[in-house]
Amino acid sequence: MQSGFEGWGRLLAYAVLGASYLFLMSVVALAQTSILNVSYDVSRELYKDINPAFIADWKAKTGETITVNQSHGGSSKQALSVAAGLDADVVTMNQAPDIDILVERGGYVAADWRKRLPHDATPYTTTTVFLVRKGNPKGIKDWDDLTRPGFQVILPNPKTSGNGRYTYLAAWGYALDRSKSETAARDFVAKLFANVPVLDGGGRGATTTFTQRDTGDVLVTFENEAIAIGSELGTDKFEIVYPSLSVEAAAPVAMVEKVVDKKGTRKAATAYLEFLFSPAAQEIIAGHAFRPRDEAVLRKFASRFPAIKTFSVVQAFGSWREVQAKHFADGAIYDQIIVKR
Amino acid sequence: MAHIRAHRVLPGFGLSLGFTLAYLSLIVLVPLAAVFLKTITLTPEAFWQTVSAPRVVASYRLTFGTSLLAAAINVVFGLLLAWSLVRYRFPGKRLVDALVDLPFALPTAVAGISLTALYAKNGWLGQYLEPLGIKVAFTPLGVLVALIFIGLPFVVRTVQPVLEDLDTEIEEAAASLGAGRWQTVWRVVLPTLLPALLTGFALAFARAVGEYGSVIFIAGNLPMVSEITPLIIITKLEQYDYTGATAVAAVMLVASFVLLLTINGLQGWTDRRAARNG
Repeated sequence: MQSGFEGWGRLLAYAVLGASYLFLMSVVALAQTSILNVSYDVSRELYKDINPAFIADWKAKTGETITVNQSHGGSSKQALSVAAGLDADVVTMNQAPDIDILVERGGYVAADWRKRLPHDATPYTTTTVFLVRKGNPKGIKDWDDLTRPGFQVILPNPKTSGNGRYTYLAAWGYALDRSKSETAARDFVAKLFANVPVLDGGGRGATTTFTQRDTGDVLVTFENEAIAIGSELGTDKFEIVYPSLSVEAAAPVAMVEKVVDKKGTRKAATAYLEFLFSPAAQEIIAGHAFRPRDEAVLRKFASRFPAIKTFSVVQAFGSWREVQAKHFADGAIYDQIIVKR
Repeated sequence: MAHIRAHRVLPGFGLSLGFTLAYLSLIVLVPLAAVFLKTITLTPEAFWQTVSAPRVVASYRLTFGTSLLAAAINVVFGLLLAWSLVRYRFPGKRLVDALVDLPFALPTAVAGISLTALYAKNGWLGQYLEPLGIKVAFTPLGVLVALIFIGLPFVVRTVQPVLEDLDTEIEEAAASLGAGRWQTVWRVVLPTLLPALLTGFALAFARAVGEYGSVIFIAGNLPMVSEITPLIIITKLEQYDYTGATAVAAVMLVASFVLLLTINGLQGWTDRRAARNG
């Protein structure tokens, strides 16, 4: 009887101890800063590597422990979630319009976000390249080859995918550079899209169609995706062809003003974004097959990134707003081309 | 009201009707009303332009056409399947019975990817079909295949219980009264099953019209050719065009509602006819 009572007493003591431990832990967790990076689909693995590096860096500099959470999905869908109230401290997207929308809808991001960080707030770029089957059986060298009749070109839907939009713009920019005529550029892009047998929703879907379904003569996609295909599926099956001219696809990043003010995370969020431009982060970026902005790092990885002549969207088309209105809005040039194919 | 209440055996009519209406409003009507409210922020001209663009019209044709066709095919083969499951004994019958429900449980994206892998030109089936000139993956035919796949359980599961209740004695009675085999099927069995078949058809059709996940992988998604209406809606959302998306959604809703109402009306008509004849 006596020992039984003692047993209960001990159990109670353990319970109290356990409860206070949990309580303390949650207080610590609450006191700990955490930031959320809302990003696009393909950057999942990249930020999985960058975040621990930033956490260590932050700890070394401030002595504070910080948690970085990440959320990934289609770039435009992610932007809509943030506009609808997802508490993102920073957004890291693959095209500027997905950040501009957060300026326009509710002023989540400062209007001058491009000026707040180096390189128009784009820590890395990639470019649109061709992936062909090993040995390049169809002899594809440049954009002109893609418009040959009877040729099958695989690319993702420009309406739903940033990757597809850059491909369209790259082809347009190439044709415009050659002919100096808008009409000729339009005809060229129309011919190219007449050769498209499947429009997948996103870049990864197009990769599957080309590599797994054995459909198409050439896949037009981002360089980082093409390099990833090589390392995932073996370089003995596919090879990359660099066109003579392509588009520079820069990935923009920005801080979500409203959220960092509410959560009091402005300092950490700023440090996180600045960290992306540091040599350490740039090396990780290059390791994931994105072209780093840091010249020294780019030189170090030169064998991975052959020199290619590129133009930026702003150089060739003025601004994203103009691109959207002229090419991709409902009933604009892309719609006219694709309906007539 | 008092008059109705006076004739009820069980109490609680007012309460349950009130609950039903409140629940239905919360779960179904309020979200649907939001779609229409968003739509009427458009001017009539802008609305008409959005929903009657050639690309959108082509997508209605594909979505509603393939959905109706898929539902019709499912009615025929679903009936056959239900018949075999109810009337025949064979080894592994329970297994087959369970298999019928799989399209319900499978994530639609998985269904879409497997069907595409199967019917692509290097797939198990595709490699034999392509040389014959039959392309399934990345064509409207692929859309049809996916919709048949997801719609099948609806027909089987609505027809099965009715068939189980249908006494074989009725067929024997028909036969003993001198009806031929076809006459028995045509005049006795089918009229009894017709309401259930119509329900199955309506369910399979409704599911097919809204289907996105499985179709998107196999369709090819070419504008004017193999672009389904739900993709048009998603595309508009991706462009931050909420009102355009809801406008097309509203058209889809109204069209589906009218079709379902027609099917319900048809069902009522067959019921009344059956009652009159019986």
